Amino acid sequence: MNFKEWKLGLKHGIPICLGYFAVSFAFGIQAGSIGLTVFQTFLMSITNVTSAGQFSALGVIAAGSSYFEMACTQLLINMRYLLMSCALSQKVDTRFAFAHRFGMAYGVTDEIFGSSICHPGPLNPFYTYGLMSSAIPGWGIGTLLGIICGNILPENIISALGIAIYGMFVAIIIPTAKVDRRVMTVIIAAMSFSFIFKIVPFLAKVSSGFQIIIITVVIASAAALLFPRTEEEEDAY
Amino acid sequence: MRTNIYIYIAVMAIVTYLIRMLPLTLIRKKITNKFIRDFLYYVPYATLAAMTFPAILYSTSNVWAATAGFLAALVLAYRGKSLLTVAGSACVVVFILELILH
Repeated sequence: MNFKEWKLGLKHGIPICLGYFAVSFAFGIQAGSIGLTVFQTFLMSITNVTSAGQFSALGVIAAGSSYFEMACTQLLINMRYLLMSCALSQKVDTRFAFAHRFGMAYGVTDEIFGSSICHPGPLNPFYTYGLMSSAIPGWGIGTLLGIICGNILPENIISALGIAIYGMFVAIIIPTAKVDRRVMTVIIAAMSFSFIFKIVPFLAKVSSGFQIIIITVVIASAAALLFPRTEEEEDAY
Repeated sequence: MRTNIYIYIAVMAIVTYLIRMLPLTLIRKKITNKFIRDFLYYVPYATLAAMTFPAILYSTSNVWAATAGFLAALVLAYRGKSLLTVAGSACVVVFILELILH
């Protein structure tokens, strides 16, 4: 049963692996350009597994900023994981040992979280481990190849791979939106807000990590007030 | 200030892991508050949607190619295609359009 769930997660993790490969490849190239060694870059990737956080860390390192500043940057950019972790805490099948939560926490990334939370029924930790087992090597190996041989891939292929991660986000959220109009409304509202943040000058100054948190809290609160779910719907989820 | 890369990496890893681990381990019981339960249900959709748009438009070297890739992903995802098909097709659409547009 657990093995079956693990294998299913492993399979569902393949597109995440490919998307990660593309993004981490770009990360590897950039880390090399500011002078990190192959080992340091790889170590950062496998201990952090966070795209936005790692890219911003390169800026902090290149500027020689303080460790405190590094901590604050990561806290702000990765604060969204706090919300995801809360949501996940409600989804985990409580029949599994508590210690699993420490292992699953390592895999709270946008994509692994997204796939875990949209997996029907109470969440078997082994499903998440399966996702992690295919996704995280993709992140690590992509980073390695990026820093070692970033120059061999033609530019137009790297450019095209840049959209992979977003294509995955779309594939995660749209199927639910199709069957639940309220989720569709939430998605359209969140995208509109995000667009407004991008074009209004004083809002655009808010760091991208904070923008995501503000939009998520506002939209999800509004949705919870306007579209409460019935008991049956909660059970189905 | 002389800085050490390994300390930077350790700081990052610890902060990020704590953010991911604390709610999962501190919230052990089912939350009974109806509002919070509904709120958490909508969180992933709001977060992922906000992260996707408009960032997806600037994810490749050409905005129009990225827009076409985005539309392709929307249509395929709506038709229930797998993650791999959706993400892969978006890449292929971008690749082909960038060849044409350049």
